Amino acid sequence: MRRKPVWAMTAVSAALAMGLAACGGTSSTPSGESGSSGQPAAGAKNAFNAALTGVFNPSTKKGGTLKLANSGDWDSLDPADTYYNYSWNFIRLYGRSLTFFPGKPGVEGAKPVPDLAAELGKPSDDLKTWTYTLRDGLKYEDGSPILAKDVAYAVARAYDKVTFPNGPTYLNEMLDWPKDYQGPYKSKGADYSSAVEATDDKTVVFHLKEPYSGFDNIVQMSPTIPVPEAKDTGAKYKEHVVSSGPYMFEKNEIGKGFTLVRNPHWSEAIDPNRPALPDRYEVSTNVNADDMDNRILSGDLHVALEGSGVGTAALSKVLTDPALKERADNVTQQRLWYTSINPTVKPFDKLDCRVAVQYAMDKTAYVAAYGGPTGGEIATNLVPPTIPGFKKIDLYPSPEGKGDVAKAKEALTKCGQPNGFATSVSYRAERPKEKAVAEALKESLARVGITVEIKPYAQKDYFSSFAGKPSFVVKENLGLVVNGWGSDWPDGYGFLQQITDSRVIRDGGGSSNTSVRIPEVDKLLDQARLEQDVTKREALYAQIDEKVMQESVILPGIWAKALLVRGQGLTNVLVSDGQQMYDYVALGVQ
Amino acid sequence: MVTYIIRRLIGAVFMLTIVSMVTFAIFFVVPQLAGATPEGMASRYIGRTATEETAKLAAERLGFNDPLVVQYGRYVKGIVAGAEYDYGAGVEHCPAPCLGYSFTTQQPVFPDLMNRLPVTLSLALGAAVLWVGIGVGIGVLSALRRGSVFDRTAMIVALAGVSLPIFFTALISMQLFSYGNPFDFAAKGGTYTTIQDSLPLWAYSLLLPWVTLAFQFAASYARLTRAGMLETMGEDYIRTARAKGLRERNVVFKHGLRGALTPIITIFGLDFGLLIGGAVLTESAFSLNGLGKYAIQGITDQDLPKVMGVTLLAAVFVVVANLIVDLLYAVVDPRVRLS
Repeated sequence: MRRKPVWAMTAVSAALAMGLAACGGTSSTPSGESGSSGQPAAGAKNAFNAALTGVFNPSTKKGGTLKLANSGDWDSLDPADTYYNYSWNFIRLYGRSLTFFPGKPGVEGAKPVPDLAAELGKPSDDLKTWTYTLRDGLKYEDGSPILAKDVAYAVARAYDKVTFPNGPTYLNEMLDWPKDYQGPYKSKGADYSSAVEATDDKTVVFHLKEPYSGFDNIVQMSPTIPVPEAKDTGAKYKEHVVSSGPYMFEKNEIGKGFTLVRNPHWSEAIDPNRPALPDRYEVSTNVNADDMDNRILSGDLHVALEGSGVGTAALSKVLTDPALKERADNVTQQRLWYTSINPTVKPFDKLDCRVAVQYAMDKTAYVAAYGGPTGGEIATNLVPPTIPGFKKIDLYPSPEGKGDVAKAKEALTKCGQPNGFATSVSYRAERPKEKAVAEALKESLARVGITVEIKPYAQKDYFSSFAGKPSFVVKENLGLVVNGWGSDWPDGYGFLQQITDSRVIRDGGGSSNTSVRIPEVDKLLDQARLEQDVTKREALYAQIDEKVMQESVILPGIWAKALLVRGQGLTNVLVSDGQQMYDYVALGVQ
Repeated sequence: MVTYIIRRLIGAVFMLTIVSMVTFAIFFVVPQLAGATPEGMASRYIGRTATEETAKLAAERLGFNDPLVVQYGRYVKGIVAGAEYDYGAGVEHCPAPCLGYSFTTQQPVFPDLMNRLPVTLSLALGAAVLWVGIGVGIGVLSALRRGSVFDRTAMIVALAGVSLPIFFTALISMQLFSYGNPFDFAAKGGTYTTIQDSLPLWAYSLLLPWVTLAFQFAASYARLTRAGMLETMGEDYIRTARAKGLRERNVVFKHGLRGALTPIITIFGLDFGLLIGGAVLTESAFSLNGLGKYAIQGITDQDLPKVMGVTLLAAVFVVVANLIVDLLYAVVDPRVRLS
């Protein structure tokens, strides 16, 4: 899953055998500002959630400077070495991957369209070979042509996880790499055409180890952004990434910030996806988070890059001031905060004991733990509403989500534990919200006689040594594991595979799936991986979701939300399901 | 004098060696005592998608498999003679003093430090001018008007200055003067301009951080100066000076203040040296990318080369500041002889 900043994961195909841990979880006025009032242009009305269902303040006006800030720093600006959600959103300004999530509000923004490629991938019958043909006339910032071999080379260099430790590993695991291959630096001159190859100047072919129908989602990620081999400087490439997008680096001071200006060799004729409205992007990094929030509210800054929402101090200010609130958007993310119910720990080996937890839990406490309704909405199943094909499944309804004690007791009686039982719950010690969830579980389950011991563990080793290690779970009686998951790409497979496929569970630990071991779900996942019809595929994901809920091995908590504030003077503001934050490629300034 | 300076510099090198050894040992020995393997330590720097194989390769690349003495020796050699760094597509020479490469960003540490030093120097120098000028001035006036309304008011304000943490005063001052609640004339956080780009903008961007930082220091300097002046002004030689018919201004500044300056200079040396090492809170609150923020990043990421670099640089500044202070003693107080 893309970090936010959160955890990572492994690749799709190899994840069948091995899953990895995942988380839970100078001028002081912006140019073009429309005045101290910060009111948008005529025709655009400030309103709460205005950018969720439509484009707020639509405009085609070019020019101006967009000012952005980041409370931390990029893991890297190198397309091979970055794994932040906001980074994949932003990188599209200076890099073009084969496919692209378009700047459209809602679900339309989560369907890949061709970008560097002229059309979506053409799969072979067995779905193991995917072919992409590049558009005509593509150029880098220096005017040299973008060739298919540059895409293949970019994918090959991203394989080197010692030089580029941060980037996603999907292509490393999915493609058929030569044995002992270590990337183009250490395996100099090695032939990697078994994994990816340029058959001519415009054709890139990927060879997968296992069939996968959703490969267009995978090549939308940054490692397919072309890198000219002659300009590649390994770990130093991030100091000056050669642009294939509408903007290029004018200045880059790692740790402080950078500036993007227009790439003279880019044009709309070769790129239908990017409006490229501002003339300039000024990005500051390592900015105090509260300072950043205040600057957005006061009109000095346009965008808080991380897209994770305003901090606690600004949150109350925004929610209590109507003028500020109408500049805010409460974005639902592709993230589920949940609790694993481990059937390997007695008495959760009995279905009804697990069901008792579903009914006993007061989910309003889950919402409160994450800051109230702006932090998330009660989840009744796994897949969040922003994933295409979402289907709401509510097998354990209760009034207002506060739990149904009578039904919980009934379930306990059925499982032979009418007076309740004792179990333990784990959470990541560094996360106060998870601690609040653990406490809420303890309180809620106590209502039906289930006593819960709370056990915190270090975040870093949470899955590798503790909650993700099956033997440890049993030994420590961890019937409940506070957990969370966010998807790297917006489809059911990307969301469900790592948390519901039993084959990602390893004896040595490391998987965030600690509780789902359902053979039927494994089969459905395999079926979905091969299914090319989107509607049928989405139906399979809903089936998986429902099956997991029937088995009650996951207690869904909340579908995460974040409260974003639109900077004053912004145009073309929209939240797509592909980005789950403001689409940085679409933005302009008045 | 020269011998004295040389002796002190040799002592400084010895001290820096000890500091570096202690930092190194804390970084490596403590985790090892807790059972961390080289691969386990390397796994901190290779992202979350790393496999065991990647961790092994990274441990090898970072040199974690070598004995601690070898690793330390390599580090010291880098400082003295420079080092080579494999950045994948080639090998880069890191010239002396090479303080290593960040484990997380793979950037050489020394240029990073030099890049951030002007920010911290600008902050510390400007604030120092303010706090010494205002603090000592108020202290002198308070001492001369002991018990007056001015004295009492100044000491209450000084007490507030000493008591209020910088992250609080920074927050309040930004709310009041930067975000339009009610004023909007001070520079916003993160808008630092270099002195080369524009002197007025440089001063404008640092005005609020200077005042905030100086407020805390000026307070303690005012109290310190007041106490020193009260003591000095009661000395026999002050009475003698007055008896000789010297003008009161000369009595106060040439005799009184000079005598009271010694402890202030001592404290100033330490304060200034430490500030150069990183005004962590001020830099964080005002989003100034100086050494303090760099240190915080290093600590957060458990990035030894960054932590080591800032530690050594801070130690150098504390040592140099103390040396200058010791030299100034002889200037300020004729009774002091350097030997």
